[in-house]
Amino acid sequence: MDLDFTAEEQAFRKHVREVIRGELPREISDKVLQGRGLTKEDIECWQAILNRHGWLATTWPAEFGGPGWSVVERHIFNEECALASAPRIVTFGLVMLGPVLIKFGTKEQQDHYLPRILDGRDWWCQGYSEPGAGSDLAGLKTRAVRDGDTYVINGQKTWTTLGQHANWIFCLVRTATEGKPQDGISFVLVDVNSPGVEMRPIKLIDGSKEVNEVFFTDVRVPVTNLVGEENKGWTIAKYLLTHERTNIAGVGHSTKDLEKFRKLAAEIERDGEKVADNPLYAMRAAELEADLEAMRVTNLRLLADASSGAAEGHRSSLLKIKGTQIRQELQNLYRSALGSAAALDADDLSENELAVPVEAARAAPVYFNHRKLSIYGGSNEIQRNIVAKELFRE
Amino acid sequence: MDFRISEERQMLSDMLRRFWGNDPMLEARNAAVYEAPYQVPGVWAQLAELGVFGAFLSEDEGGFGGTAEDVVVVFEEAGRALSAEPLLGQLLVMRLLAGLGRADLLEEMVAGATRGALAFAEPALSVDLSRTAATAARRGDGWVLNGRKSAIYGGPGADVLLVTARTDAGLGLFLLRDAPLIEAAMVDGGGIAELVMEDLAAECLAEDAAPPVEAALDLGRIALCSEAVGAMDMLTAMTVDYLKQRRQFGRPLASFQALQHRVVDMVMEGEQARSIVIRAMASYGTPDQARHVAMAKNLLGRVAPHVAEEAIQLHGGIGMTWEYPGSHYAKRLVLLDHQLGDRRDHALRLMRMCAPDAGAVSRPVTARTPESQTA
Ligand SMILES: Cc1cc2nc3c(=O)[nH]c(=O)nc-3n(C[C@H](O)[C@H](O)[C@H](O)COP(=O)(O)OP(=O)(O)OC[C@H]3O[C@@H](n4cnc5c(N)ncnc54)[C@H](O)[C@@H]3O)c2cc1C
Repeated sequence: MDLDFTAEEQAFRKHVREVIRGELPREISDKVLQGRGLTKEDIECWQAILNRHGWLATTWPAEFGGPGWSVVERHIFNEECALASAPRIVTFGLVMLGPVLIKFGTKEQQDHYLPRILDGRDWWCQGYSEPGAGSDLAGLKTRAVRDGDTYVINGQKTWTTLGQHANWIFCLVRTATEGKPQDGISFVLVDVNSPGVEMRPIKLIDGSKEVNEVFFTDVRVPVTNLVGEENKGWTIAKYLLTHERTNIAGVGHSTKDLEKFRKLAAEIERDGEKVADNPLYAMRAAELEADLEAMRVTNLRLLADASSGAAEGHRSSLLKIKGTQIRQELQNLYRSALGSAAALDADDLSENELAVPVEAARAAPVYFNHRKLSIYGGSNEIQRNIVAKELFRE
Repeated sequence: MDFRISEERQMLSDMLRRFWGNDPMLEARNAAVYEAPYQVPGVWAQLAELGVFGAFLSEDEGGFGGTAEDVVVVFEEAGRALSAEPLLGQLLVMRLLAGLGRADLLEEMVAGATRGALAFAEPALSVDLSRTAATAARRGDGWVLNGRKSAIYGGPGADVLLVTARTDAGLGLFLLRDAPLIEAAMVDGGGIAELVMEDLAAECLAEDAAPPVEAALDLGRIALCSEAVGAMDMLTAMTVDYLKQRRQFGRPLASFQALQHRVVDMVMEGEQARSIVIRAMASYGTPDQARHVAMAKNLLGRVAPHVAEEAIQLHGGIGMTWEYPGSHYAKRLVLLDHQLGDRRDHALRLMRMCAPDAGAVSRPVTARTPESQTA
């Protein structure tokens, strides 16, 4: 057994680290570090930098513009991005739709859409969830009715992340009502600027506006925007979810958050001792470090299996549950470490009025925002159902 | 043994529940408390009329309550209503002024015409008052203060600010009006302030007020714990309702046993929380006060955020939205643990009290005091 990265992998890490740290603009990484909202331009700027290096669509095959990395290299890259406080890339076009088009799309669709995802001309969002269809995605009701060469779409999507920046949305729509709910679903691409599409922001618990409701009223979409076959969208949806879960453990983010905690704990004092010396905080940090180290190895074990084609689907569910638990607990610890200062809405104070380091001032809102990790991408309860189904199969 | 509360307190409780117990009030709350003046217009005066501030003082002090039970009743209802009115600051200041015999100021406070806030915490001070870094020095006939105070609950808009600072005699207590506060919203709504003092002139109320400040803070902790109990009750009930209504996979979410069990744990923790608050309330003013208050604040600091997290999770995406009232309850239940010492501060307090050299380790549960018998 050998848990070390190979010499080539270590050289790879060194290289991507240098490039990322050299090119990521400071004002953008500061915003990420401080938990402040990124503008559309911030995200586009970072994605353009990655695209110049050919590092944007890390899961795409080389012939479509991917970097041709192994799963381990991809893992290293993701980790380095998190450690450098780089913005998360917008996954909808790059991680979700891209691989779907590569597998299920027509040549025309691939030629048209893929380059536009890479160069940033198109910003995609994901239209899966509906008010009545969350965990039970197959219960979706948004209808697409064929009328000659077009579909006419009516219904509503919700929780659409960063839809406010998007010009395209990929949707699961109902094209048939007979048979099992899963059998009447199709995967269509909708221009957000079509007549009849309306996007309304949803304000979240932390005051942020990152998700939206999308209303469709008699929206006409050419049938050429169908991906794969009509009524076969469920297969695509499931394929896409496996891609959604590739970086699911968030080991890089947790590593960064633990590092942030240790830095903060060494700086701030409470009741006569550094928080770092407070046995209760130190103990919790030590426990989480142990959890994270185990998660790091679990993640690598899964990656090794994936490289050899032996990955079991339900183990990625375990990765999602534990990975998000660790991330959320680290947010919890970080927020707690601030004591009474965490209660102040940092947006009301100037930097020199803060009683705490500026990168910690938004700890409480960021903690609340991170509660989403266990809800989206298939909630942690749904992940448990997946594992249980596998374990207790007759 | 009798766990019923007195008739008068029951009346106060019922009155407050009627006053606060409607949804439009919560809407008004969420529209008002995240920006200045951090209060719902008109509510403060109505609370005074209902006798809330009178309940913070004994008859001798000019009120009709003044016990820990009165405080528990008021704050539980405030918690159920998710009130962000600056009740905590008012309570702390009224108790301190009452101890100092400042009837002149109290009358106005009972009437709600004067609002108070206490500045005791500092960037590096949570619960151990002996670590106070702010200093007071005589200057001419008066005093000047130096240092930084943090997390002043209800600071914005307060007429009277009490400030702790070190004197030669111990922990001095000072009075400021028109203090140059740095004001902000709390993450869960309501006003909070910081104060940077550079030779700030202040009136000295006491050159050593450490014991009364400790006593007031312990009462404030009981108040916060009771507020948490009220808010937990509401949020748990909202979660039960939601699970019954929300259907996925062709059935109500409430029919999934995995979710039922999670709610059962929330209810169980709510019961534990209520019990430890009763314990602390009954011990207030007895030798067990510090121990039981620390237990309460530690226990609530663990279970209240847990209930908040579970409620958000069990609601799914809806629980993450600003529009859903439950999310604001969840924020309150988490931020409560950041006030007047968190679960770890109070665990340390308990650990020290239980250490072999603290002499407390084998102390039997004390006999009931006259005060707890009336509870
Ligand atoms: C911040 C955020 C961003 C999002 N972004 C997007 C996006 O861009 N595009 C998109 O399409 N969707 C998005 N989502 C939606 C997300 O995928 C859903 O919220 C998620 O699928 C859960 O659905 P729901 O919110 O309707 O909760 P529900 O399905 O109503 O679930 C409520 C609770 O019940 C539990 N539950 C449900 N069924 C079961 C069961 N059978 N057994 C046990 N427990 C169960 C759930 O785990 C949850 O705890 C986002 C959500 C959030 C919060």
